[in-house]
Amino acid sequence: MKRAALCLGLFFLWAPIALMVAYAFSDGRTPYIWGGLSLRWFRALAGNERLLEAAWLSLRIAAAAATLATLLGLVLGWVLARHGPFRGRPLFGALAGAPLVLPEVVMGLSFLMLIVGLQGLTGWPAQRGAMTVWLAHSALGMAFVAVLVQARLAALDPRLEEAAADLGAGPFTVFRTITLPLIMPSLLAGWGLAFTLSLDDVVLASFVSGPGATTLPVHLFSALRLGLTPEANALATLLLGAAGALLLVYALAARWRARVETPSSRE
Amino acid sequence: MTRAAGWLALGVLVAAPLLIVLGMGFGTATSGVPPVIPPWSASGWQGSLEAWGLVLSDPYYRDALWQSLRLAFITATLCLVLGFGMAMGIAAAPPARQFTWLALVLLPFWTGFLLRVSAWVGLLRDSGWVNTMLMKLGLIEAPLRLLHTEGAMILGMVHAYLPFAVLPLYASLARRDLTLEEAAADLGAGRWRVLFTITLPLAAPALAAAFLLVFIPAVGEVVIPELLGGPEALLVGRAIWQEFFQTLDWPAAAALATALLALLLLPVAAFQRLAAR
Repeated sequence: MKRAALCLGLFFLWAPIALMVAYAFSDGRTPYIWGGLSLRWFRALAGNERLLEAAWLSLRIAAAAATLATLLGLVLGWVLARHGPFRGRPLFGALAGAPLVLPEVVMGLSFLMLIVGLQGLTGWPAQRGAMTVWLAHSALGMAFVAVLVQARLAALDPRLEEAAADLGAGPFTVFRTITLPLIMPSLLAGWGLAFTLSLDDVVLASFVSGPGATTLPVHLFSALRLGLTPEANALATLLLGAAGALLLVYALAARWRARVETPSSRE
Repeated sequence: MTRAAGWLALGVLVAAPLLIVLGMGFGTATSGVPPVIPPWSASGWQGSLEAWGLVLSDPYYRDALWQSLRLAFITATLCLVLGFGMAMGIAAAPPARQFTWLALVLLPFWTGFLLRVSAWVGLLRDSGWVNTMLMKLGLIEAPLRLLHTEGAMILGMVHAYLPFAVLPLYASLARRDLTLEEAAADLGAGRWRVLFTITLPLAAPALAAAFLLVFIPAVGEVVIPELLGGPEALLVGRAIWQEFFQTLDWPAAAALATALLALLLLPVAAFQRLAAR
């Protein structure tokens, strides 16, 4: 019975995706009507300059936003895990967690109004564009990184850092040589999560981006409102293939590490 | 110093935008650029209650809020039921297999949210895959209206947010103490009785977390009502979007966003009390 629910759920999740992938290879002009095997829509994708430009911009914004989000999230997670019950901590915690529970449309609207307010007061930023999307995505991502870092710091064995300090390491050396390597998995996971959130975001980017900075999801959303083309299927197939390949590499690396590390841990 | 940096980041990136939206709800719409007169200036308070009066009295906005809450509730409940069954299935699998199952739940996530929604458009529209198949099989003669319905929106939202429900449920169920369930079964409890008196109560915090992780994004959803719902599907996310982009009534958009936040605070606060217990 437990198996039945799992199979039903996976069928529901995968059936539309399987059809999308299958029809990506169809020659027909109408999506989801079979018209013979061809790579026509992948070629169309490769020749779609506006889409490629948007995809390139999205990748750059996502990488930059994930990096800033990781730095800021590290600071927030550190304060939450290590600073004890300081004055204003409940407010600090609530603000740090707020982006996790704010609907995208509220966050987009509020961020936009911040930008317009800043423009009115200081004249900066001169216009909305890649930079404002970068800041908004960093704000979203940092909340997710903070949760991961806080959990990881709380689970660390404090004796490791104490031992380093007893042996004469200064606070910065302790952080660089002991703490940072130990929380690295949470930072990497946070970076990946922030990158994915940024790459997939439509609503926030629609609010804060300007005419010159169309990200891939913003471009797709306006294209989809006009009508569906089989190019969407080809793009989904490529994304799924890339994600599947990454996951496979990760799984193989984890298995390889387990095999290498097991004998030494048995000593 | 770290703490000061943290306050600065939170102040600029989280607190300031929210306070500005709160204030902008008391602004006045105008035809300038930006299309709003802020509620205060160097000469003092100049705000109005016009936007709030509109949002609180016009049935259009009340309906948008109510419909959004109702659809999000249905979506979150469906995700909870299906997600719980799936999480139980994954947790019952041999440990070496659990990673594979989880990967299969998470992988659809990376096809891109918009593209997954677009798949439902292609499947459900009049000339879409489902109608074509049904007509080929001779089951129907004219295409059924599947797209631009409430059912299409719920289907799309459950599909988009199901992984959010599976993850916290799996994390909780995989760590549970199976001896409690065995003890109940040894004492004569049937399978369903064990589920309802042992497994579900012990998983209550995870169930609440899974519900909220689906409910909150579903309430403010913009893209799914736009692509899968009909023109009459005016949910609150779409209403905020339209006030902002089309009507250019920024104070109304801000007041509506504030009202939505106030409504969402209740379940989040209830969850934090449950989690703290």
